[in-house]
Amino acid sequence: MNRINRENQLFQLILARIKETIREPGVIFWGMIFPMLMSLGLGIAFMNKTDIFRRVGVIIHNQDTISTGDSTHVLQSFLQHQTEKINNPKDRFPAYKFTIRDEKLGNSIFLFQEMRWDEAMVLLKRGNMSIVLNEQKGQIGYHFDPLNPDAQLSYLKLSGVFGKKGNPVAENRTNIQPLTVRGTRYIDFLIPGLIAMGVMMSTMWGISYDIIEKRSKKLLRRMVATPMKKYNFLFALMTVRLVMNFLEAALLFIFSAIVFGISIQGNIGALFLIFMAGSIAFTGIATFISSHTSKTEIGNGFINAVVMPMMVLSGVFFSYHNFPDWTIPFIQPLPATILADGLRSIFIEGAGFAEITVPSLILITTGVVFFTAGLKIFKWH
Amino acid sequence: MQETAVIEVKGVHKSFKTVHAVKGISLRIPKGQFVALLGPNGAGKTTLVEMIEGIQKPDEGEILILGKHWKSNEEELHRILGISLQETRYIDKLTVAETLQLFASFFNLYRDRVDSIIDLIGLEEKRKSYVVNLSGGQRQRLAIGIALLNNPKILLLDEPTTGLDPNARREIWVILMKLKEQSETTMILTTHYMEEAEQLCDYIIIIDQGEILKEGNMEQLLNSDQEKKIVEFTIESNSFSREITETGSPFQIQWDPARKKGIVEIHHIDKELPALFEYLGQRNLQLKNLEFRKRTLDDLFTSLTGRHLHE
Ligand SMILES: Nc1ncnc2c1ncn2[C@@H]1O[C@H](COP(=O)(O)OP(=O)(O)OP(=O)(O)O)[C@@H](O)[C@H]1O
Ligand SMILES: [Mg+2]
Repeated sequence: MNRINRENQLFQLILARIKETIREPGVIFWGMIFPMLMSLGLGIAFMNKTDIFRRVGVIIHNQDTISTGDSTHVLQSFLQHQTEKINNPKDRFPAYKFTIRDEKLGNSIFLFQEMRWDEAMVLLKRGNMSIVLNEQKGQIGYHFDPLNPDAQLSYLKLSGVFGKKGNPVAENRTNIQPLTVRGTRYIDFLIPGLIAMGVMMSTMWGISYDIIEKRSKKLLRRMVATPMKKYNFLFALMTVRLVMNFLEAALLFIFSAIVFGISIQGNIGALFLIFMAGSIAFTGIATFISSHTSKTEIGNGFINAVVMPMMVLSGVFFSYHNFPDWTIPFIQPLPATILADGLRSIFIEGAGFAEITVPSLILITTGVVFFTAGLKIFKWH
Repeated sequence: MQETAVIEVKGVHKSFKTVHAVKGISLRIPKGQFVALLGPNGAGKTTLVEMIEGIQKPDEGEILILGKHWKSNEEELHRILGISLQETRYIDKLTVAETLQLFASFFNLYRDRVDSIIDLIGLEEKRKSYVVNLSGGQRQRLAIGIALLNNPKILLLDEPTTGLDPNARREIWVILMKLKEQSETTMILTTHYMEEAEQLCDYIIIIDQGEILKEGNMEQLLNSDQEKKIVEFTIESNSFSREITETGSPFQIQWDPARKKGIVEIHHIDKELPALFEYLGQRNLQLKNLEFRKRTLDDLFTSLTGRHLHE
């Protein structure tokens, strides 16, 4: 750093802004740590293949416990030989555990319990159990509500186990190709959404709150009572925010690449373009809403009023196509939606400049319009 | 005061929604003079000073700094002014040195200027402390340091010592007195404290409710009523005292019932003092204490408005 540079006001404004930003622990937490935690939490919650656990009622006709060596009874011999007996003194019914192993879809664990018909019906009605088996003349009978998809699933799995002839099979031999290839998992949807959210939140809070706070501390009026150039002040604020946005997004991306194997399918240049455009859009909006007030409470209200609807509507966490059709035309033009959709199309669908240019221009225009309007009414004193 | 004025304010008015804050004030301040604007809360001191600083615009009237209007001379005037606003809070998480460095850059000043300012305001030990961790007095010294960075021709300080304890206040006075000795800076300082005006300033302007009540140096202000003397007395606490300020009394007694203390201005000791004794005696009021003291700016203010500077 040479001497001329150090005395340059823009350089000093940027330097001061960087120091001020990184010395605020909240900035690091909310901007960097929190999105990573969020991706971790949501990514794991929606990714782990969970074991399916089901209870199955077994009706025993003779009311006795299963007699040993009675090989004609398929069900009874199955329970006797192929399951793990569970002795739980609290449970009135003898129980047997049977697991269908499946690496890809998750294990299905069935807990067979012997009971009388009337007892089974009670549990069925309570929803504690969805399927009841009995055996008549060597045939296994399945009793369940055909409208209950859960019961159907149990039926399909169990009938697979017992087979047509009632030969129990404990291995899933069909060749299943689970759709967990990259780009189609929930985490692939989530990460671009979180990056869009990060740009929105960090820019709105980073810029609006800072301006309003400096105004309320009377620091803004003190600064403009010097030969400081106003555009240098704003430029420093925005540049530092932009760099911080970039670092925050890069950190989240690197984290999710390591933990979840996220990758970018599309054009990196286009990604950079839409990212910048999104930052510009929110910088403009942030300047606009902080142009007049010197009350931080009012500022908080403004920021939340902008940020909250977009958090919910713009498809950060789930697709906005879940909302009623008539709302879609209102949701799609929101800056956060444009940014999230654009980022996603590059991350997941492999989009490039062709798809991204128009949304980027819309975002940049939004930013410039709000920024210009904000400057018109900007209160420095 | 024949030389050209550094600051010239002519018939300035300023109103807010419901308040007429400044009602036609005119000033001429020559080079090198230290001027105190003395007045109670809401007198209009800040409004006047901020108009001089170019932060607020007068509704009416004219302000000239070194013969120049604010309009179209902003850049130049910002370079020669040093200001400290009432209640500015600087960036919490910057250190003293960093804050000064930032403001120095606005004036294209070098680092050695920052060092000499830190030395001048006596914050050597705090140069690496965050602003948020400074005491009230240290913050005010920093604010004055920032105001002095550019060796201003005109220094405008709005209540630089309000809320500080006497020691911290004196430290600031020392900085300003040093400045007065060593430079030709012209200064306007607003204050509630008459001692401050008395100690630091050559010229005192008492303002109240947007108007100048009286102005001049200490001599002129206090000796204009040369013959008036101030008598302060207290009476025994069991004496009956309700009628002491009754109408028709020959004395204008300012009565403080809580402390059983009265202040009265008299012109002729030999005639009026016996009359005062007689007046009190007739009412069965037993004197506990009585003393003459020098007239102060507060007495002046009280005689002009019927109120005290601090209320
Ligand atoms: N921005 C404003 N809007 C409305 N009223 C204002 C504004 N600024 C000042 N006033 C009013 O103008 C009057 C003068 O205020 P000013 O701040 O100039 O007083 P002051 O002498 O500096 O008082 P203090 O000693 O308390 O700082 C007050 O009645 C105040 O309420
Ligand atoms: Mg004031």
